[in-house]
Amino acid sequence: MKTIQVYDPPMCCSTGICGPTVDPDLVNFAAALSQLANMGVKIERQNLGQKPMAFATNAAVKALLEKEGTSVLPLIFIDGEIYMKGRYPNHDERPVFFRAALGQEEAKS
Amino acid sequence: MKLPTYQPEAASTTRFLFFTGKGGVGKTSLSCATALKLVDAGKRVLLVSTDPASNLDEVLGTKLTNAPTPIPGAPGLDALNINPVEAAAAYRERLIGPMRNLLPEAALRSMEEQLSGSCTVEIAAFDEFSGLIGDPEAAKAYDHVVFDTAPTGHTLRLMSLAKAWDQFLDKNTSGTSCLGPLAGLEKQRGIYEATVNTLADAKATTLVLVSRPQLSALREAERTSQELRALGVANQCLVINGRFETECPEDVTAQAMQKRGEDAMQAAQALISSMPSFIVPLCSINILGIGGLRALLDDTAEASAVPTGSADWNPPAMQSLADLVTGIEKQGHGVIMTMGKGGVGKTTVAAAIAVLLAKRGHSVHLSTTDPAAHIAQTLAGQLEGLTLSKIDPAAETAAYTAEVMANQGAQMDAAGRSLLEEDLRSPCTEEIAVFRAFAREVGQGTQRFVVLDTAPTGHTLLLLDASEAYHRELERQARSTQPEEVLRLLDHLRDPAFTHILLVTLPEATPVHEAAALQDDLRRAHIEPFAWVINQSLLQSGSCDPLLRRREHAEHRYIQEVVEKQAPHNAWLPWQAEEPVGPDALAHLASSNLLSATRQA
Repeated sequence: MKTIQVYDPPMCCSTGICGPTVDPDLVNFAAALSQLANMGVKIERQNLGQKPMAFATNAAVKALLEKEGTSVLPLIFIDGEIYMKGRYPNHDERPVFFRAALGQEEAKS
Repeated sequence: MKLPTYQPEAASTTRFLFFTGKGGVGKTSLSCATALKLVDAGKRVLLVSTDPASNLDEVLGTKLTNAPTPIPGAPGLDALNINPVEAAAAYRERLIGPMRNLLPEAALRSMEEQLSGSCTVEIAAFDEFSGLIGDPEAAKAYDHVVFDTAPTGHTLRLMSLAKAWDQFLDKNTSGTSCLGPLAGLEKQRGIYEATVNTLADAKATTLVLVSRPQLSALREAERTSQELRALGVANQCLVINGRFETECPEDVTAQAMQKRGEDAMQAAQALISSMPSFIVPLCSINILGIGGLRALLDDTAEASAVPTGSADWNPPAMQSLADLVTGIEKQGHGVIMTMGKGGVGKTTVAAAIAVLLAKRGHSVHLSTTDPAAHIAQTLAGQLEGLTLSKIDPAAETAAYTAEVMANQGAQMDAAGRSLLEEDLRSPCTEEIAVFRAFAREVGQGTQRFVVLDTAPTGHTLLLLDASEAYHRELERQARSTQPEEVLRLLDHLRDPAFTHILLVTLPEATPVHEAAALQDDLRRAHIEPFAWVINQSLLQSGSCDPLLRRREHAEHRYIQEVVEKQAPHNAWLPWQAEEPVGPDALAHLASSNLLSATRQA
């Protein structure tokens, strides 16, 4: 099984509901992660506001933060490799992400 | 209505006593006076205060710290003062401090804002005092521990849910906002559980609901009572502080004040008869020293002399509300917001401003959040150029909650949903929901005047700013969920020519300190309030009632403080014998001036 690591910006919460805007991609991404976890995928999700040490101790994350600032967040890793940075998968990208997270690799468009 | 006078013995059969109620009802005075009575009866008592702008040092004549300090003149009494704002700052520092050299400055700044909300302050205060309750060793030297505050229902529910921390913070993907601030406190969860259990134990804990004989304060007490009862905090009593009976039958002001209090208590009959209820007679406002506190609960002791020197005091120059409006109206359009804690008269001030602008020929839209909304209602169709709308916070919050639960909750498991639901009960949610409604109204201010009796806090605006910056980064992909006017809102609010924020306060200690805290919060978001409005002042009321004259005298220092330390512009409004209803009464109120002879002196 794969491991997904997500380094979120320092939002109130992983769904964004406590913030002034709700990002539908973020909400659906959170739900997708929940499903993946039930299917056995290992999920490690860190929010800068809550677990800053996880950001400081991950060399790749720390380097990207120093170079590009907080707008580089969120960072999504699958098995230690950057899958996406600066945003969450949108509606069209979520099925692709879902299969990648389950290791069902297929030809990328 | 005949209620017994409050005597601490009746409320003090338990070891822990919590006083709760909205700002300015007298929690600190009553908890101090209760502690003193218990000490005088031979008990050993620890008094715990959490007032951020505490004048407890002054009241007790002792410099307090966050460790128990003996109070001279009251053997057996120790007191400590927890400043929840400082506790929250210390808590933030515990999380952020270790990151200083590890993460870039921008990342640290955004962490800091996330941890500056009211949830963090509440939880940090709970963290501080749970050590005294949840740890059996901590306060064992005392027969009673008296707190001048109580945790909110939201905090208590979070603490109960915190049992699920393992699932939700460590491995679950559906982490939640208000548990966020709890993340740094995980090591103490055993103490939190013990604290929650103690609060729900009727043999250990009494909750003293403190209120005033005012409708809004009594409603608030009723809400708190029900919410905490639902969480098992069932041993409650009610103390109505400041019942006023005048000695002057011919004094219109005094008679009106007495009647208003009686009417409010009549309307709250259901609450009052649902639990042991007591009254404390109104006293002059500056309770200083151990002697003053002892006198508060001792009806034979109050000195009835009118303080000397009140005749010599000249109030500083203050404008009328009408003068303030003259300064604002030149622009011809823009947004005017009144801001302040509940019960200070935001809606009345907003309505009076709207009436004045309309009477002077401007096109005005008045939007209120007042739940009763009758002040605004009485203006409907009364004035040319004035339109009205209402933001109902409960309805806005319900709509927002339903929207989020429908989008989000449907795809979550039961445990995730219950946490999400709790998140949506946080004070932030109402603020966000009202904020969205608010943004709709502000957007109309480019053509005409928009007057609102609410304003978002600096914290909300800074979070908005952060998310706006985030959206700007993503301009190509992002489908922003906010309309254009929301995104431009912050620029609007920072523009002193477009937006005028008026902080409304009463000339009393707690409302002034709370308004100052709101002002600091706005300044954090680089928004400068335009003016302060001192409402319901008894200055020049001409009352012959000695108690009202002493209260009038007590206003002096707070008026002085507002004018000298807080506000470049300010307006003064007198206490009204009758609630101003309709355009003429509101316009008359707005034109009230301190007597010019006094002003020139």
